[in-house]
Amino acid sequence: MRLFGRMVLGTIRDMAPVVVVVLFFHSIVLGQPVSRLFPLIEGTLLVLAGLVLLVYGLELALFPLGESLANALALRGSFVWLVLFAFLLGFGTTFAEPALTAVAAEAARAAASGGAIEHTPDALARYAFGLRFVVALAVGCALTLGVVRIVFGWPLPPLVIGGYVLVVALTLVAPPAVIGIAFDSGGVTTSVITVPLVTALGIGLASSLAGRNAMSDGFGTIALVLVMPMLFVMAYGTILSWI
Amino acid sequence: MDLIRELGSTLGWTAKDVLPVALFMLFVYCVVLRQKLARARNVIAGLSFVTVGLALLLLGVDKALFPAGRMMVEQLSPDNAHDAAAAPSWASFHLIYLFAFCITFAAAIAEPTLFAVAQRVNELSGGAINTWGLRIAAAAGVALGVTLGCMRVVAGVPLHWCLTAVFVIIAVQTITAPRVILPLAYDTGGVSTTVVTVPVVAALGLGLAELLPARNPLLDGFGMVAMACMVPAIVVLAYAQIAMLFEKRARRRRREPE
Repeated sequence: MRLFGRMVLGTIRDMAPVVVVVLFFHSIVLGQPVSRLFPLIEGTLLVLAGLVLLVYGLELALFPLGESLANALALRGSFVWLVLFAFLLGFGTTFAEPALTAVAAEAARAAASGGAIEHTPDALARYAFGLRFVVALAVGCALTLGVVRIVFGWPLPPLVIGGYVLVVALTLVAPPAVIGIAFDSGGVTTSVITVPLVTALGIGLASSLAGRNAMSDGFGTIALVLVMPMLFVMAYGTILSWI
Repeated sequence: MDLIRELGSTLGWTAKDVLPVALFMLFVYCVVLRQKLARARNVIAGLSFVTVGLALLLLGVDKALFPAGRMMVEQLSPDNAHDAAAAPSWASFHLIYLFAFCITFAAAIAEPTLFAVAQRVNELSGGAINTWGLRIAAAAGVALGVTLGCMRVVAGVPLHWCLTAVFVIIAVQTITAPRVILPLAYDTGGVSTTVVTVPVVAALGLGLAELLPARNPLLDGFGMVAMACMVPAIVVLAYAQIAMLFEKRARRRRREPE
């Protein structure tokens, strides 16, 4: 209970800058009456309550679950299971991610307005579905690569920088309508569920394998999750434009 | 009453988001690996906290942060922003850049995933990496990325130029930065752009693209999230490099006392 009280206070402190910034720009820079912000109070309180529960829940469930799962998988020593699990976790969470569904629908409209696809509900839905599938595939592959990297102790920088180089090379040939969504697709897939799970998975795996360090080997999978969708979506858009 | 109904539907939505992942993990853990779940009550309680917390947070963001962001962009813009003929210069939007920097910095500080990961990093590094140092560096990175993203939209610079420049800077820093920090630094962008930052960034991008007559909200609205999650790596690496530099200097001073 004391811990919970500390958490509430901590969350209020963390939210305070947002409130201060809005108040400052609204009242001092713009000189508007404070009363115009009253409708936002309800939402701010909801954010506060949500943050407290979320932070508490992440520490209580998602981090321990991810780490003990990674430990158990490493102890069992089955490489196939580990890879399969990583791929399914990445693919599944991403394909079901509501934020990605929303962005994919928006990207379909952007592609239609750019003339890349026809402006019919059918074509839009097909494009959005294809995009979601490709991004989910990319995240699945990114998690797989991240796990394989930790197991074999491959250095991360060549993978990440190599990914950047490929992305930049692909922008030269990719159709302009797909570049925006491709760059954004990496950031959209990192959600409040996947980030703690993937981080915990990496830390758990690195700390239960001999010769691996949790700090220098456990992190880095999120970076691959950021790059891989950019690569896959650009390639997908380029291939579509050739057909 | 409306609030309760809205909360109910949001709760259904987040449950659909959280439950499949949780069930899949529990299935693999208990059935495939035949492990007994330690402290099962904590896990179940934690998962319900995450589900309810996420629902409250999403609803609150929708009711407070998103409208506040849109409202501010509209009010802080120069008076002739809508006028295509007047063609206001990109510098006349300075208030928007300032607001964008401050609000995304504040939002990233409030980001629960960044908080949780920073705390874990602090434990793992044995206190060598300061929780607040990491949070402030990451938040400054997000804020810098979004501010540059806003300038890009106003000035009409192609997105891939900006990101190519960002990639080049990261690649150069990679050569000189301390090895241990690299994976964490690459990760921070993704870690600090989740539930609180992304809606704020989306509100800014959408508001800005709608404001400018020459911009297509559908095409120019993209790219802000990408800037927000690539730039933090630069700032975190720079922070680590500066810290290393100071440490080196301090060590040298200790070795040769004047």
